[in-house]
Amino acid sequence: MPFIPHTQDDVSRMLAALNLDSVQQLFDEVPENLLVRELNIPEGVTEMTLLREMKQRAEANFSGAMYLGAGAYEHHIPAAVWDVVSRGEFMTAYTPYQAEASQGTLQLVYEYQSMMTALMAMDVSNASLYDGASALSEAILMAVRASKRRSGHSVLVAGTLNPRYTRAARAIVETQGIDVQVLDFDHARLTLDEASLSAWEGRDDLTALVIPMPNFFGRIEEVNRLTDWAHQRQITVIGVVNPIAVSYLLPPGQWGQKGADIVVGDGQPLGLPLASGGPYFGFMCCRQSLVRQMPGRIIGRTVDLEGRTGFTLTLQAREQHIRRAKATSNICTNQGLAVTAATIHMALLGGEGLQSVAKASMAGAEALKQKLARVSGVSIVGVGPGFHEFVVRLPREAGKVVLKMAEKGVLPGLDLGREYPLLRDCLLVCVTETKTLADLEQYVTVLEETLKECSAC
Amino acid sequence: MKEVTGMAGVSLAPMAGAQGEFAGIAMIRAYHLSRNDTQRDEIIVPTAAHGTNPATATMCGYKVREVPVLPDGDVDVEALKAALGPQTAGLMLTNPSTCGVFERKIQEIARLVHEAGGLLYYDGANLNAILGKVRPGDMGFDVMHMNLHKTFATPHGGGGPGSGPVAVNARLKPFLPTPFVVNENGRLDWAEGDQAPQSIGPLSAFAGNAGINLRAYAYARLLGKSGMPRVAEYATLNANYLARRLVDVGYTLAYPQRRASHEFILTLAPEERATGVSAMDFAKRLLDFGVHAPTTYFPLLVPECFLIEPTETEGLDELDNFVEAMRQIRAEAQDKPEWVKGAPYTLPVRRLDDVKAARELNLAYKAES
Repeated sequence: MPFIPHTQDDVSRMLAALNLDSVQQLFDEVPENLLVRELNIPEGVTEMTLLREMKQRAEANFSGAMYLGAGAYEHHIPAAVWDVVSRGEFMTAYTPYQAEASQGTLQLVYEYQSMMTALMAMDVSNASLYDGASALSEAILMAVRASKRRSGHSVLVAGTLNPRYTRAARAIVETQGIDVQVLDFDHARLTLDEASLSAWEGRDDLTALVIPMPNFFGRIEEVNRLTDWAHQRQITVIGVVNPIAVSYLLPPGQWGQKGADIVVGDGQPLGLPLASGGPYFGFMCCRQSLVRQMPGRIIGRTVDLEGRTGFTLTLQAREQHIRRAKATSNICTNQGLAVTAATIHMALLGGEGLQSVAKASMAGAEALKQKLARVSGVSIVGVGPGFHEFVVRLPREAGKVVLKMAEKGVLPGLDLGREYPLLRDCLLVCVTETKTLADLEQYVTVLEETLKECSAC
Repeated sequence: MKEVTGMAGVSLAPMAGAQGEFAGIAMIRAYHLSRNDTQRDEIIVPTAAHGTNPATATMCGYKVREVPVLPDGDVDVEALKAALGPQTAGLMLTNPSTCGVFERKIQEIARLVHEAGGLLYYDGANLNAILGKVRPGDMGFDVMHMNLHKTFATPHGGGGPGSGPVAVNARLKPFLPTPFVVNENGRLDWAEGDQAPQSIGPLSAFAGNAGINLRAYAYARLLGKSGMPRVAEYATLNANYLARRLVDVGYTLAYPQRRASHEFILTLAPEERATGVSAMDFAKRLLDFGVHAPTTYFPLLVPECFLIEPTETEGLDELDNFVEAMRQIRAEAQDKPEWVKGAPYTLPVRRLDDVKAARELNLAYKAES
């Protein structure tokens, strides 16, 4: 399928205008020895053939009941969201460099920024970054730029942060000589071990403290105390949050005496379907005083020649196309269409809708937790408040239970042994509003069956 | 992807072109460090390079050295020779370049960079121009990224999501970003962590923009062996035709003696001198003709420029309409320059006040009290 509209007559007329006999002559500045004679790939297939093949591949993926969260979450997405997002005006629009011709995209992103700042209780939001983990990396680089010190930057990351975020942050910021240190966590409580902070007292190279909420295990950290501890030592506070949780819990802008300085996270729970890991999007908010250190696109409200309200890309002097080597980041393309979905999703649900998603998810998690606590040999790890994920200890190795249960149509959670040797018999379980009481009962039944069959595991 | 690029290994993990660039330069860094070659602290970019190139080099902890471009659009090889040395980690190049011409001395450039111990990075922004015709691996590049939202037709989405897979030759393969898929005796699995010990690591939490990669895969399968070079041929035909027709109606090409690739640069400096109407004014007036304006003022080294990239999907009528709009605007600039400077007139808003936007920041709605 060529996706090319030219007729043979068109081509002849165009070549005649160029005084050429063949299209091949257009490549006569390319050294002869570099021209490819033929690619060693198959000929194109028809759309029908391709669709059939893709359907078969899709069917080879797991499609049962999903209790796996760990950074990406199954939520109900109103049908209107992607119906609107899929309109050509959004889906195939170019980057809004020509503001007057892009008011639809620009106003939408301004509304997104408005919703995110309101949700997070922060001053400003950018127009998105790639995902939660890369957004954290950018937040760390931002904290380093904002620091008065020229070199010697250490960043403290709670050991209860999603380990995938920690690894990506290391890969991205360590090329600039920034040291990322992971703080211990209490394996019984599954929250940050605050005593571990004392080892860092008196250090003069601490630039940022990264606090997750909820943390990777679904627990709520002492965000007020941690924020104040950092601010008393002139350390920038970076919150990594789940936007659905924030609709119900204390927003990061209100943590401690002064609030978090930078807030990032993954916007996936706001209307993005699970899709083998992406595209999702990273969000970033910060306090006003840091806006010039912010990476990525930012939309501002302004007026046109006749005084009418309009929207445009602003503070572009931070960006790579103006500042080149001195830019705040190399980011150019972001996750525009994913933000479009999130904005429509948030507009449809509203603050109350987001809160009801949060409450229903927490209630579901609590219900499953109570049911599982009654299963023989199974116990719940961690105490204190949690969001929609929790850790459960099994009488068997978690990895084997996951495989067995998946065969029976229930993906029961994440095998924590893959990340934490001490938790190799533990599962991280997630329940969202998509699960009914009957679903939870099925989970318990399948688990009990599996544990019996697995007695030799 | 390996066959199309002439490379030995691919990772689909980077989430957009700029992250692909980051991955590429981080791999160059990891390569040098793996050989205890610690003195290389500089990345060379041509002055015509896209802003993401120097920004990426900085993000990877490198200093940036720029080399000039000659009046014919090729890199100044003598200046490059002078810039190369034991401090050189690599050179970032787009070919065809952002000047819209094929870098004719690419093989000599590759030899020089390699002799200095550096590696050659290919910015895939202009891969459309040579898809299926010339392969970066054959030109001597060691590492590259592709922009799937450009070359493999995934929707632009008002600015993303894109996807920026990286491809490398054999010596950089151990450093590819994770996760990537490996085939172990017919069993497909993700390689990450211990399975890729020398990897530069993951750059996102999960598998990159997987859904975008899927769209690009569908497009690539539909095109196949003969469809890919056809993209390059028609993109190049369209650009050269459009360049010729614009010259016919009085415009000036930045590189008139060269073949255009899939894009070309017009300089509106003569029009600006004669009428005071700038490239930005021309761009805004084009919007009134129902045409999204081309990139303006890039590359930075050509004054008052338009970078025009029609792509293969525009038909002859569409190209002729563009020429006609440009002809009319040129006439308007001569007869009533103030009219053009006031454009656009037919969109939901007139020209926006960018200065006010930046000086009186209003980045979020606040209910008026």
